[in-house]
Amino acid sequence: MTLELHDLCLTAPGAAAPLFAPLSLRIAPGEIACLTGPSGVGKSSLIAGVAGHLPRGFVLSGQVRLNGCDLLTLPPERRGVGVIFQQPLLFQHLSVADNLAFGLSPQVRGRAARRAAVAEALERAGLLDFGPRDPATLSGGQRARVALMRALLARPAALLLDEPFAALDPYLRAGIRDFVAKHLRAAGIPALLASHDAQDAAIARQSLAIAPFGTGR
Amino acid sequence: MIWLRALVAMLIGAPVLVGVGLTLAAAWGADWAAVLAQPGLWGGLRLTLVTGIGATVLSLALSVPFGLWIMGRPWAARWLAPMLAVPHAALAIGLAFLIAPSGWFGRALAQVLGWAVPPAWPLPGDPYGAALVLGLVLKELPFLLLMTLASASQVDVTGQMAVGRSLGYAPGRVWTRVIWPQLYPGLRLPVFIVLAYGLSVVDMALILGPSHPPTLAVQILRLYTAPEMRQAEASVLAIGLVAMTAALAGIWWLAERACTAFGLMALRRGRRGIARRWPGSVVMAAQGGLFATAIAVLALWSISGSWRFPDRWPEGLSLALWARGDWIAVALRSFWLGLASVSLALTLAVAVLEGEHRAGRPLRLGAIIVAPLLLPQIGFLQGLTTGFLWLGLPAGPLAVIWAEVLFVFPYVLLSLGGPWRALDPDQLRAAASLGAGPWRQLWRVRLPLLARPIAAAAAVGFAVSVAQYLAVLLPGAGRVATLTTEAVALASGADRRVAAVYGLAQAVLPLLAFALALAWPAYGRGGSGGRAP
Repeated sequence: MTLELHDLCLTAPGAAAPLFAPLSLRIAPGEIACLTGPSGVGKSSLIAGVAGHLPRGFVLSGQVRLNGCDLLTLPPERRGVGVIFQQPLLFQHLSVADNLAFGLSPQVRGRAARRAAVAEALERAGLLDFGPRDPATLSGGQRARVALMRALLARPAALLLDEPFAALDPYLRAGIRDFVAKHLRAAGIPALLASHDAQDAAIARQSLAIAPFGTGR
Repeated sequence: MIWLRALVAMLIGAPVLVGVGLTLAAAWGADWAAVLAQPGLWGGLRLTLVTGIGATVLSLALSVPFGLWIMGRPWAARWLAPMLAVPHAALAIGLAFLIAPSGWFGRALAQVLGWAVPPAWPLPGDPYGAALVLGLVLKELPFLLLMTLASASQVDVTGQMAVGRSLGYAPGRVWTRVIWPQLYPGLRLPVFIVLAYGLSVVDMALILGPSHPPTLAVQILRLYTAPEMRQAEASVLAIGLVAMTAALAGIWWLAERACTAFGLMALRRGRRGIARRWPGSVVMAAQGGLFATAIAVLALWSISGSWRFPDRWPEGLSLALWARGDWIAVALRSFWLGLASVSLALTLAVAVLEGEHRAGRPLRLGAIIVAPLLLPQIGFLQGLTTGFLWLGLPAGPLAVIWAEVLFVFPYVLLSLGGPWRALDPDQLRAAASLGAGPWRQLWRVRLPLLARPIAAAAAVGFAVSVAQYLAVLLPGAGRVATLTTEAVALASGADRRVAAVYGLAQAVLPLLAFALALAWPAYGRGGSGGRAP
């Protein structure tokens, strides 16, 4: 399972020139790659483009291949690409456990097996007794962990993280960062992390700085 | 703010309570045997249940996929407000002219199949109430869609859709499993309004529903207006309709819980679904097309000369009926009644919202405000008319205005409440720091800033007022003629052209109000300020 970006170029609505120079990247299974760059350079839009959620008007050119299969022609739900957004975006009307159950892959069959898988994920997130809780009662760090677990339970073939720590309190970031790195390696899938925080690059095997088009790399 | 609560309780709450109370009192001495022996009672009851529940369930069920469809299409959402503005009666008359054996559809088929006489289909007024359900759904679907959109503005739909799809769910699944359930709490009140309306609608049922037997609400009206005094029997049935509505609301609430439980079970199974090409555009075009054609056919009939059966178009056009001008006085009466009830309702709504603002907390008026919408109108309007008489308010325009305010006020308040509470408090604080007192803040800052939402709320209220049928007929003792009462009375008459004139005028009057509200200048921000409901 390898995620390959090849000559990826993103143009904002109405703009003549692309946001940044063509970008190529190869991420092996279990590896984390970090995209760094100033805010506004298009990191979030790039992540959205790879995941398939690009806002109307953006143009994405180039190729994205996952296990040799071209992603950009597929609808988002068929790409097998999980996304962690800046906000954890937990469903407020569901309990923590049901948020995880919603994410859990349909390949896990049977009510007992599914319940056990959710319980295990809660335990791994250090939230064993939090299943019945309302997500609104969780701390920011706890919500971030639930969001990661929910994404991983869907068994994605690759994971994209769009500034996942930006909304967290600074003192929480290091802990969550290690938590994410540990689980991503355990999952054995390629991960692409977009961040404007240089410290986030520390958990990545490779790091690529993107700069606005025309200013060089 | 105790006086404000007392005022709302007196103007809105008390009439409903007195209306139900006096209806109950009138039912007391009724001859039960006569009530139960009323011909067509059980058929009418079945019909009421089928059409009321059927229209509600169907409208809500359609609003779920359409809600998703319309979320990404703001141009389509813009057509909802005009559809909301068209009164039920006008739509019903237009629809009747389409589906009747000698209506446009019949003529089109006759052209193709070579019929010389109109077909013998029992439309409108089929014994199953299908035409009535169709009319109700055409009108209630836009309402529920607008409420869905309003509810969706409180939820990060785009973000949640992205999360769901990145977890592998087809868009429709994300919508039905996690997003729509979050919107439903905002839809509950509208659904109950639709349910109560569907169970007790009279004007649409007179035009599109069967007449032997008619729905319960129509039977009650017939008894109330019967020449021999049958008030007691009518009151028994009216109270029965109120009780039935309450019982059904309870059942609905239970069904809601069951659906939630089922939805949660399905969600926990985690099936992803497959993206289907849902023919949303086609079905939505059918809804919008049928609606627009119904109004267009009204316009055509109102200017048609002789129009024999299989002909698709009239032989000639003539403005003679419009030129006759008898509709002008009636339209003016509808206009003045609307203006009066909207002015009162708007004043009361501003008082309530400003009172809430100054008290710094909600006034807890909840049930009083929406009670008139949640009860069958025929369950309390006749009792209210009696109550007005006791107050020394004879049946006539004043009684009609008060009765209309009961229905106009909740819509005006709901429509103005959102923009009112969303106004940036810093604007008021800035005014206060410049030395403006509370009244100056209201007059010179808040009301001008909210000019457009106020205009929009007034347009909504005006449309509600123009559409009232029972609230004119009963408190007016049949002596106050509005476009609605005339159009409904003429709909079953021999001359379609006259009915079309009144039906079209009834549709156009509120549409003009909406157009005026849209054109209303926003304060300072070049037409982009404010938020239409």
